[in-house]
Amino acid sequence: MNYLMRRLATFPLVLLGVSILVFVAIRLVPGDSITAMLGTEAGLLTPAQRESLAAYFGIDQPWFVQYWRWIGGILHGNFGISVTYGRPVLDVILERFPLTLELAVLSMIIALAVGMPAGIYAATHSEKPSDLGVRIVAMVGQSTPSFVLGLLIIYTLSAGFGVLPAMGEFAPLWQDPLRNLSQLILPAITLGFAFAASVTRISRSAMLDVLGDDYVRTARSKGASARSVIWRHALPNALIPVVTLSGIEFGYLLGGAVIVEQIYALPGLGRMVLDAILQRDYALVQGAVLFIAFNFMIVNLLVDLAYVALDPRIRLGEQ
Amino acid sequence: MRILRAIFGHGSGRIGGVIVGIYLLIAILGLLGLTPHNPITQYRIDRLHPPSAAYWMGTDLFGRDVASRLMAGIGQSFTVAFFSVAFAALAGTILGLAAAWLGRRWDGVVMRVMDVLLAFPAILLALLIVTVAGPGTWTSVIAIGIVYTPIFTRVVRGPALSLKAREFVDAARTFGSSSSYIVTRHLLLNLVAPLTVQVTLALAWALLTEAGLSFLGLGTQPPAASLGLMLSDSRNLMETAPWLMIFPGLTIMISILGFNLLGDALRDILDPRMRRAPA
Repeated sequence: MNYLMRRLATFPLVLLGVSILVFVAIRLVPGDSITAMLGTEAGLLTPAQRESLAAYFGIDQPWFVQYWRWIGGILHGNFGISVTYGRPVLDVILERFPLTLELAVLSMIIALAVGMPAGIYAATHSEKPSDLGVRIVAMVGQSTPSFVLGLLIIYTLSAGFGVLPAMGEFAPLWQDPLRNLSQLILPAITLGFAFAASVTRISRSAMLDVLGDDYVRTARSKGASARSVIWRHALPNALIPVVTLSGIEFGYLLGGAVIVEQIYALPGLGRMVLDAILQRDYALVQGAVLFIAFNFMIVNLLVDLAYVALDPRIRLGEQ
Repeated sequence: MRILRAIFGHGSGRIGGVIVGIYLLIAILGLLGLTPHNPITQYRIDRLHPPSAAYWMGTDLFGRDVASRLMAGIGQSFTVAFFSVAFAALAGTILGLAAAWLGRRWDGVVMRVMDVLLAFPAILLALLIVTVAGPGTWTSVIAIGIVYTPIFTRVVRGPALSLKAREFVDAARTFGSSSSYIVTRHLLLNLVAPLTVQVTLALAWALLTEAGLSFLGLGTQPPAASLGLMLSDSRNLMETAPWLMIFPGLTIMISILGFNLLGDALRDILDPRMRRAPA
């Protein structure tokens, strides 16, 4: 409990750092958001029009005033107005977030469903040809960039089967679940593949580690069946590193998968941030980065708490 | 020498070592311009030519030789990867040692700044830095370097803290050794093993991030060749000219595989605790 409190207490500090960093960084990008928004039409603005637009978006003020207003607004739940969308930043982010969350969850399900059994199988068949096979596939999987795999999948589908991944207007899960899944399954496999490979490798090595421990040997010598040794004695302890890895990876995926979203033309958080950076949409970049950093920190905290649940010996915050 | 022998005595180390060696050779040839054709010359009459004796890996939409562009691209990617990892390793080591040795307030400040950097997803932070500084080769170096600095800081700080509490450091202090002597001689030398492993694995990530940035058009700028950009350009021609996608894709994949295999082998060799469970 104490640990949780202390960890939560560092959140505002880190978020403050993130906010300053992103605030300064996006303002260092050459060019201004009004020109980026209007393109060539910006040349037609009279100085007075330009000034009133700048005043509307609050970018006519000195930077410290802008920062102060922004932070003050956030504390009241107001993240500002997006220049590109002309709507509140939080609305734009929350509209994109469900897709990103769903994609992250699907990828993690694929990664755990494939990676854990593969890792446990390899560990229990250690140094046999089947173990070697699993290790080779996992190593290649971990070394395959998502954009290479994504393009390969699209190519194989279109050249081999004459089908293209379902693109077009994105269907939210609650409106059209079937169409939604058909749109997300390939991106999820693309992201889940390397993720599954990492899960396989870490489950295998964690399982091997645990299987060599004295308590497992004791259980075996007392006549416990192979199945019970693996599932009851070894697995709970081997899970700890798997949880850490999956949690961190999941936290990253919640930040949006810029490249995979780009390949499959998905309107997720990653592409939104990329476009916002390129459009110099200050408020949107700032809000999105803060949102992503916050999620990431929450996920990491949950991972730490999961440690304690899995291994009562660990007392957090004692080192 | 001993380490080389150990790498070649290790199954995956041997494969990784050979892959990395071949890539290094190609990278040097690519950087020196010793390619079969000039990578930016456009042989317009031979546009989208499939792989043949004259063009081993075919030509692209502008009639440029894919094999030569790959060689130049490997040179480019490796340059970015090596300099960015060197940057991250150097900055991370200095910060990690400073945090561990100076302790207290310094430790707090350095580690909180690293927490801030770690709260960004890697590619997002790199994107932000690249957009600020304008896309280009050296910007990628700085961006990727900054992204991986916190990881090196953590890798150094933890072991440095526990080394600092060991008897031999106390003994050195009693003998009147200066702080700088103890830090470089006793701490740094003992950190060479974990740093070597981390550098090798970081090179794999750096290649991945570089390819990702140039895939998004924010890395190396055309007409210079880069693996990510070649892959991105191949998307619209996938069905008519699949070689434009397959060769760069495999090139990126195998290079990352090489460093991952080598990094794994080094971890087995240099970290005795890992020997029980070769992954």
